[in-house]
Amino acid sequence: MTALLEVRDLRVTFTTPRGSVRAVDSLGFTVGAGRTLGIVGESGSGKSVTSLAVMGLHRGAEIGGSVALDGRELTGLSERELSRLRGRKMAMIFQDPLSSLHPYYTVGEQIAEHFRVHFKAGRSAARKRAVDMLGEVGIPEPARRAGEYPHQFSGGMRQRAMIAMALACEPDLLIADEPTTALDVTVQAQILELIARLQQDRGLGVVLITHDLGVVARVAHEVLVMYGGRAAEQAPVEQLFAEPAHPYTRGLLDSLPRLDDADDAPLRAIPGSPPSLLTPAPGCAFAPRCPEAAARCTGERPELQPYGEGPARTVACHFAGAGAPAEVTR
Amino acid sequence: MTAAPQALLSVRDLTMTFPGRRSATGRRGAPVRAVDGVSFDLGEGETLGLVGESGCGKSTTGRMLVRLLEPTAGSVEFDGRDISRLSQGALRPLRRHIQMVFQDPHSSLNPRQTVARIVSDPLLVQGWTAADARRRAAELMELVGLIPEHIDRYPHEFSGGQAQRIGIARSLATSPRLIVADEPVSALDVSVQAQIVNLMERLRRELGLAYVFIAHDLSVVKRVSDRVAVMYLGRIVEIGEKHLLYDDPQHPYTRALLSAVPLPDPAAERRRERIVLLGDPPSPAAPPPGCTFHPRCPKVQEICRTERPLLRVAASREVACHFPGD
Repeated sequence: MTALLEVRDLRVTFTTPRGSVRAVDSLGFTVGAGRTLGIVGESGSGKSVTSLAVMGLHRGAEIGGSVALDGRELTGLSERELSRLRGRKMAMIFQDPLSSLHPYYTVGEQIAEHFRVHFKAGRSAARKRAVDMLGEVGIPEPARRAGEYPHQFSGGMRQRAMIAMALACEPDLLIADEPTTALDVTVQAQILELIARLQQDRGLGVVLITHDLGVVARVAHEVLVMYGGRAAEQAPVEQLFAEPAHPYTRGLLDSLPRLDDADDAPLRAIPGSPPSLLTPAPGCAFAPRCPEAAARCTGERPELQPYGEGPARTVACHFAGAGAPAEVTR
Repeated sequence: MTAAPQALLSVRDLTMTFPGRRSATGRRGAPVRAVDGVSFDLGEGETLGLVGESGCGKSTTGRMLVRLLEPTAGSVEFDGRDISRLSQGALRPLRRHIQMVFQDPHSSLNPRQTVARIVSDPLLVQGWTAADARRRAAELMELVGLIPEHIDRYPHEFSGGQAQRIGIARSLATSPRLIVADEPVSALDVSVQAQIVNLMERLRRELGLAYVFIAHDLSVVKRVSDRVAVMYLGRIVEIGEKHLLYDDPQHPYTRALLSAVPLPDPAAERRRERIVLLGDPPSPAAPPPGCTFHPRCPKVQEICRTERPLLRVAASREVACHFPGD
């Protein structure tokens, strides 16, 4: 069985006045139909650049490696071919819904346009399907709200409208880049529930990009942790949280204040801050902040290698896996 | 309200009404009551967490506490003295005791000033000499975990976490007794947030500071606070000792808020019973009648639609609900 989305050895390079920047390097992952991959990382980890590269929206960047959707190679496609796939086969939602909703058109018109473009639907048929779609994402009185403009919607409603627009033409893959970061926590809960329901109903593959480990724990099946433009580790969600293999993942989990935490000891913070991509380290990008770093870590970059039993887990750390001193101390 | 005899800060019926926004035709909209009768006490060395969603009035409350905004009604007593109506001149000697830390460290630091200037500015206002102020600024840098030799650098030369340390150093310059921190870690990377939380806790222990810690992140607030106040649409709906409030929330909004926070634990997430509220928080320009939470409340009764519940004691904390608990 081929995966819905298969990314191999992805490299994204930007040319800047201060030199070329490799924002993503040697990245690989797969997403199956009906599965959610959570990509976790901090600012500069390359998680958003990855999603834009998959969609072919990386303006001005140089792409290497392979991105295959349903077995079809996307790198090297013309803009014309890509725009036929975007919306129809794969769609994307963003943190800020106003970035994808046009202020001059009603919400209904904007959704209807997708049917008209991709399915050559007539005006009234397209409008009817737009209203149905708004209803499906939980917007009350969809027929009336379809005639309103984005500024008349609340933040949560705009996010629903953007999801309606993204899913209008029944794509197979949905990429969600921090879809709930700007929302209040009670509204975030609604939107996460909505994405999960639509995924179940439609067998969607979802890539969810976030900095919030709680969100990942709630909705993801598999997790990819990124640091400094590369994969630090990949694992099924239960295994990642129960037994994190990379010191960075362990550090992140340890540094979180938790609601279900009774003790009031100081948080175990990770010293320093995320690395700059302008001056990449020759060794492991996490080495300067890693409590377990040895001489080898600053000189030699660790490759992704299998971890534990089964093919599901990989980790990029010299001291994870075979006979390493990486005793899990959680 | 059981006023502690020696409350450092005593807030009573604090209210802020903003005039309605002027539309394109010049007509004013309805006035917005952003904060509506907030009362609480804060003891010396104590931390009160102020939580709530966007538009609940938590930041406006914070700004009134430091008098960046003048309240339309109510009082703020600091050390027994009402500062809510003092003139700017009369306020100045008191300002050194009450300082503020902001959310976005880079936008709250002047990019054209060196750290030395930023941190010593509050001291110069208080009449220190330039040499003394500079010496004190270097001490403060060390105190907040920065390298004192970097004192002549500019804000852009520091990372987000370091810049927030500068903001904290500035707030400590005048040896305040109270710091109002408005979302001090929410603009920072996850791995850096813990550093700043630990720093603020250490400073509190070493300097005996009291904090009003304003945040939307309930996990962070639980970590730093002694007591927590939950706000909804300009009012406190529940306030009490943090473990009581987090372990056994009495207001249905507090319950929903806590159950909505995703836990970084997939197994716990699957076991959890979640209360998903319908709709969004209503606009403070047109608050619903009765209990303002009633349109979203899963256990709403008839009385909730008409009668506003007042804060009263239930299960060892104060709750504004006609039917607290189950």
